[in-house]
Amino acid sequence: MKTARSRHLASGTMIGLTYLAAILATLPLLLILAHLLRKGASSLSLAFFTHMPVPVGEPGGGMANAIVGTLVLIGIASAIGLPIGIGAGLYLAEKKSTPLAYTVRFLSDVLNGLPSIVIGIFAWEFLVRPIGHFSALAGGVALGSMMIPLVTRTTEEMLLVVPTSLREAALALGYPRWRTSISVVLRTALAGIVTGALVAVARIAGETAPLLFTAFGNQFWSTSLREPIAALPLQIFTYAISPYDEWHRQAWAGALVLISIVLAISLAARLATRSRFGAPVD
Amino acid sequence: MTSLPVDWLEKDRRKLRVDASAFSDKVYEALTGACALVVPALVVAIASAIFVAAWPAFAKLGLSIITTSDWDVAGGHFGAAPALFGTLVSSAVALIIATPLAIGVAIFLSEFSPSWLRQPVGFLVDLLAAIPSVVYGLWGIFVLIPILREDVMPFLRDRLHLGATPFFSGPAYGPSMLAAGVILAIMALPYISAVSREVLMAVPRSQREAALALGATRWEMIRDAVIPYARSGIIGGIMLGLGRALGETMAVTMVIGNRPEISASLLAPGYTMASLIANEFSEATNDLHLSALMAVGTALFIITLIVNAVARWLVWSVARNRAQ
Repeated sequence: MKTARSRHLASGTMIGLTYLAAILATLPLLLILAHLLRKGASSLSLAFFTHMPVPVGEPGGGMANAIVGTLVLIGIASAIGLPIGIGAGLYLAEKKSTPLAYTVRFLSDVLNGLPSIVIGIFAWEFLVRPIGHFSALAGGVALGSMMIPLVTRTTEEMLLVVPTSLREAALALGYPRWRTSISVVLRTALAGIVTGALVAVARIAGETAPLLFTAFGNQFWSTSLREPIAALPLQIFTYAISPYDEWHRQAWAGALVLISIVLAISLAARLATRSRFGAPVD
Repeated sequence: MTSLPVDWLEKDRRKLRVDASAFSDKVYEALTGACALVVPALVVAIASAIFVAAWPAFAKLGLSIITTSDWDVAGGHFGAAPALFGTLVSSAVALIIATPLAIGVAIFLSEFSPSWLRQPVGFLVDLLAAIPSVVYGLWGIFVLIPILREDVMPFLRDRLHLGATPFFSGPAYGPSMLAAGVILAIMALPYISAVSREVLMAVPRSQREAALALGATRWEMIRDAVIPYARSGIIGGIMLGLGRALGETMAVTMVIGNRPEISASLLAPGYTMASLIANEFSEATNDLHLSALMAVGTALFIITLIVNAVARWLVWSVARNRAQ
């Protein structure tokens, strides 16, 4: 039979191991951020934001078009993903137990787990193959499709937190259902929904795989949404796997910019909900 | 008598208003319903897009696409077995590394963490999920791979004498199955730990108090009273992490070496289904080549679909138990 001492020793060891796991799990993030700062900051300059990419061998150059391209793609994706996602979230929160609601809930979760490259294939099949060339629009649709299930689920979750009494009070005052939903329920849950939207934007901002054969990348400015467009993640990928030191430096700088955008959005998402929980609910 | 028409008018107006709000309610319901319908429509569209595009390859080559290992575009041979193998092995390596760590963190956060540490550590681990995969790839190429090649691989092979087993034998390439596994482990970790933490926190206090009252040590409490209660949720979290690892494209493409060969050694380069598609898709030379890539995409789609469905079902079953 085990002695009490050995049992406590085993317990202490295992608890120590969970501490170790916590240290090991936070280490990669700190390492990655440290490397990004060290290698990225030294290559970052004003020119990086205002200049175009230059051919190999020429010094300088930047990723102005890729930064703008990423913002354009985020814009198209949000224009598609946010309204549809929020609408579907409203449906799920109001018609909780219809067969459609169960199906949508389940399929949203499944879509969330789908490899992003599969979404890219889908957008290519419908928007690139029939037209015959890559386009910013196809890239935006691919990213927007990824946003829909994310926004749907977070919107639903946030709407369910709104107390039923609020809804009942609005209905009792003679508000039609749709106005109750939009100007009472949706407004109460707004901070949470904004958080969900920001999380979704942060997630797609750095996506590369679905853009490989939709937005495709562009060394120049795009003048139309029907042309291929540059994107920060694509540019980082191209530069990282190239054999040139100068391009590697640019890739690090690009990665630093990309991660700054993503972390800023994630942080904003966090702050949006914090203020919601900070505010008194009555 | 004179007031009668006014009454009628008022009545009419009220009726109109009720009709209008009933109508606008209908419009509102139709609109949100249409938004909800987009989700299943999207799933059907995605599935049909890749099935249809993959059909010519399946019709011509059958299952040889995933059972043979000769990928020769010019010769018209499309055997993606090495990519299937690489996808499964790199994900397995990732889970072997990530699972104990993720569950360890989840237990730390839900049971032992001082309260001032809980928020920051949880936030840092969650942030791992926010880092774009191309950034992981960049870090993998220039930081992780040199460390693996110079230090870790020789250490595993020669110092620990694992080189005697086929899994760690042969020359230490930088880009390798091991590099892919390590990167995937870091990427899957936040998903596994987030779900595990949530289900561990949902275990009722009484469960813990009962174990402690029976004289269990704190670890025995976790092992015998808490983990069994949360088991299927934790497995669901692992499956979610697996789903991520199987479909991950960019980071893996950048560190795995992209060599379509099956090798038992983790130190050798490999290939995955997702990286095969990423590398060849925009340069596909002929229709059969394109279709074969789509067939690989179909296989990837089906595998991740099953893994995700099982994961969701497991997590939901825990949530349902909790609600009861």
